[in-house]
Amino acid sequence: MAYQPLKFYQTGTFTVGNRLLPPDVRSVQSTQRRTNSLNSGHRACQGCGEALGARFAMDAAMEASERQLIAANATGCLEVFSTPYPETSWQIPWIHSVFGNTAAVATGIAAAMKVKGRSEVRVVAQGGDGGTTDIGFGCLSGMFERNDDVLFICYDNEAYMNTGVQRSSATPATARTATTMAVGEAPGNVFGQGKNLPVIAMAHEIPYVATATVAELHDLEAKVKNAMRIRGARYIHILVPCPLGWGHASQDTIRIARLAKETGLFPVFEAAHGEVTSVSRIRRRQPVEAYLRPQKRFAHLFGEPPKLEVIARMQALADRNIRRYGLLEPESI
Amino acid sequence: MLKQVEGSRAVAEAVALCRPEVICAYPISPQTHIVEALGEMVKRGTLAPCEFINVESEFAAMSVAIGASAAAARAYTATASQGLLFMAEAVFNASGLGLPIVMTVANRAIGAPINIWNDHTDAMSQRDCGWIQLFAETNQEALDLHIQAFRLGEELSLPVMVCMDGFILTHAYERVDVPTQAQVDAYLPPYTPRQSLDPAEPVSIGAMVGPEAFMEVRYLAHVKQMRALELIPGWAEEFRRAFGRDSGGLLHRYRCEDAELVVVALGSVLGTVKDTVDAMRERGTRIGVLGITCFRPWPQDAVRAALAQAKQIVVLEKSLAVGLGGIVSTNVRTSTSGNAQAVRTVIAGLGGRPITRTSLERTFAQALDGTLEALTFLDLDHGVVERALAREREQRRSGPIAENILRDLGVVGARIS
Amino acid sequence: MFQIRIHGRGGQGVVTAAETLSIAAFLENRYAQAFPSFGSERTGAPVVAFCRIDEREIRLREPVLNPDALIIQDPTLLHQVDVFSGLVPDGYILINTSRSFEALGVDEFARGFCAAHLCTVPATELALKHVGRPVPNAALLGGFAAVSGRVSIDAVANALRHKFSGAIAEGNVAAAREAYAFVREEMKEGSHAKTG
Repeated sequence: MAYQPLKFYQTGTFTVGNRLLPPDVRSVQSTQRRTNSLNSGHRACQGCGEALGARFAMDAAMEASERQLIAANATGCLEVFSTPYPETSWQIPWIHSVFGNTAAVATGIAAAMKVKGRSEVRVVAQGGDGGTTDIGFGCLSGMFERNDDVLFICYDNEAYMNTGVQRSSATPATARTATTMAVGEAPGNVFGQGKNLPVIAMAHEIPYVATATVAELHDLEAKVKNAMRIRGARYIHILVPCPLGWGHASQDTIRIARLAKETGLFPVFEAAHGEVTSVSRIRRRQPVEAYLRPQKRFAHLFGEPPKLEVIARMQALADRNIRRYGLLEPESI
Repeated sequence: MLKQVEGSRAVAEAVALCRPEVICAYPISPQTHIVEALGEMVKRGTLAPCEFINVESEFAAMSVAIGASAAAARAYTATASQGLLFMAEAVFNASGLGLPIVMTVANRAIGAPINIWNDHTDAMSQRDCGWIQLFAETNQEALDLHIQAFRLGEELSLPVMVCMDGFILTHAYERVDVPTQAQVDAYLPPYTPRQSLDPAEPVSIGAMVGPEAFMEVRYLAHVKQMRALELIPGWAEEFRRAFGRDSGGLLHRYRCEDAELVVVALGSVLGTVKDTVDAMRERGTRIGVLGITCFRPWPQDAVRAALAQAKQIVVLEKSLAVGLGGIVSTNVRTSTSGNAQAVRTVIAGLGGRPITRTSLERTFAQALDGTLEALTFLDLDHGVVERALAREREQRRSGPIAENILRDLGVVGARIS
Repeated sequence: MFQIRIHGRGGQGVVTAAETLSIAAFLENRYAQAFPSFGSERTGAPVVAFCRIDEREIRLREPVLNPDALIIQDPTLLHQVDVFSGLVPDGYILINTSRSFEALGVDEFARGFCAAHLCTVPATELALKHVGRPVPNAALLGGFAAVSGRVSIDAVANALRHKFSGAIAEGNVAAAREAYAFVREEMKEGSHAKTG
């Protein structure tokens, strides 16, 4: 057999090297004790970032709560592909009510546990960007303001994917969706102010806010465990690429998620009571093109001629994040 | 114990006696006094253990109740009017999931135009959502129905809406007999759910159901409500034995035995109708009253039996099926179909318009002498209506209807011209 | 059945007056119903509240259209709102004022009524004296007990203690009792309706 060099680029996740790590620092996913909260057999697309994110997050939460966990789920891809009648792939107690009320349902579950003296049972609410930043916003804000003992996890794939890729308030500028088509003078989504849910969560001064991506398993698990150590309202925002909606190869999900971080477009950090407490720095900075090019939802930027001014505006967004959150080691700026 | 208290207070005390575990509510007139009283009890510690949650919308209120009930807690909320509509998605969700939430609806009109006064539009808008709907005639019955509601709902795994007329009952002081904790505990055992969210026995609740099974699921919801029809009279009888009062049940009959004309109605107006009926009886008119207590499920057979001997039926209702006529009367007709009786609809009291004995007596007399039309609106100001229609005929840009009418009535003084 | 209609302005305790009156009747083992004519909550706006008292259960829910008694908490309403609408022949009228029926300009109207049923009482002044707040409702209930005899002053006092607590309750009771005495005196002297 010819010698084939393998580049173990994923040094941050230690995914490949887990067997060589002491058991206590291995990821939950790498252990036999992981609960497979979201079991196999669900109907997610090949390469679905949300399925990955949900399994990572729920298994970490189950570990942290000693398997005393109840989950509320918004309507959306995760809910639909995980519970195709007559099956369910959830191995944890799980409820889906309606689209916009997940945070409130979770509040109700937490209240029930409290009143019954079963506060060791923890509550997680989960939903996509639509169910969090748009239709679920009111209930989410209410839960935050009351500091209800709920961890809300948003799996952000930046559009209403389950209904056919329509734009949400989380859709990035210039992205093509079914309701922001790549046609006309300003193809794709508009350049608005964005709707920064992690920052909004911080403005509610809740005890814990964090962002993460499915590219960094240890980081994501650690953040879920950090959150589970705290009582009160907590929020984790996880970037989960969607091969179908974003138009990238299904095997590139993790790579695309990493590029979102490495370009600076998706800052990865933790915050508490309204202040950023830690930042996960960019290891090897990439220009935004490296992230945009592999995704067909941005294809219209790379026609003949390429829309350089628009790409420059996207770069400016990335630069602003880098400045704002201090995403680069001082030496590399 | 006999007390002279506001209806809202009576209901709050009844709910508290039922040992609710999670109470969540968003304020809306005229329900506010109920949840304020409960909130105070929880804060003082007289209602414990109980979590009282101030939510940010009615949609959140019903959703918190859903989460709590699914996690095996006895859950309660209250709303009215716009609030009921705002939570409508969650209302359907609760009955679809079979969660025995109890909710007070302090009946109030729905805008536009905005109106805070009583009518039954709100409850009627949700009549087919799968909840049991009970209507209280007096504050005593309102109090009693809440106790029955928790029992009913939990035995059937169905949510129950207890309707009481906003302001007319909620804000009226009258004598009520409040049961003891021991009496209520004997009647209402702790909640044992058919399903619950529990790490010890994980289940998935709220899955999607496609064409292959949806018909069956919905049919079973219907079956459950039909079962309620069989069980409600028995529970009311059990209530009567335990508490010594005739509250609840499917319907109440008053002087119907030999009645030529029977008036059908829901809620507090029944009191005024009974006084009218007594006065007319004294002058020899054979008239009676049928009060519907359980509106959903619709007690088709019981209503049919109650109306069987009447020659004429007048349905007096505080609701309107716009473009059709009566809502209650349409339901009544399902019970009288095939019979020869005339069923006439009288829409009354919309938006809190007072319903007076004088007007009722005139209307019932018209029914008896055959001059009452099939559909009438009690005490309608035809002049105002004609003028409004004339305005619209005269110019396209006729302006907002409600404001024009108010100006016509002299309610709105200023005019920029 | 005895029906009372109370007129006043928002903030004067009109609704509380009706409720307290119903409690007084309840304490005397009668049935009573009290409810406001509901409007948007606003201080200063005209407010009406109703109370019915009967020996048997009260089923009627319409507003009190033909009151047996009127309590007018704010005389500025006399020429603004048709407070007297539907008042039964020889009905009772109790007005919160230190002036006379004549000075208020309603003596013409009052002429058709039984003089012994028409009384004034300076309820606001009594409230200021005993409670320190210009809320005349408690005093007026004391006056009502006197002019109508339909509830005892003791029942009114106990009802006030149900509705209020502490010093406010006692102040209200004192105001009610003084108003009661005042009206009783007024009725004895028979000088209420004509001179001012």
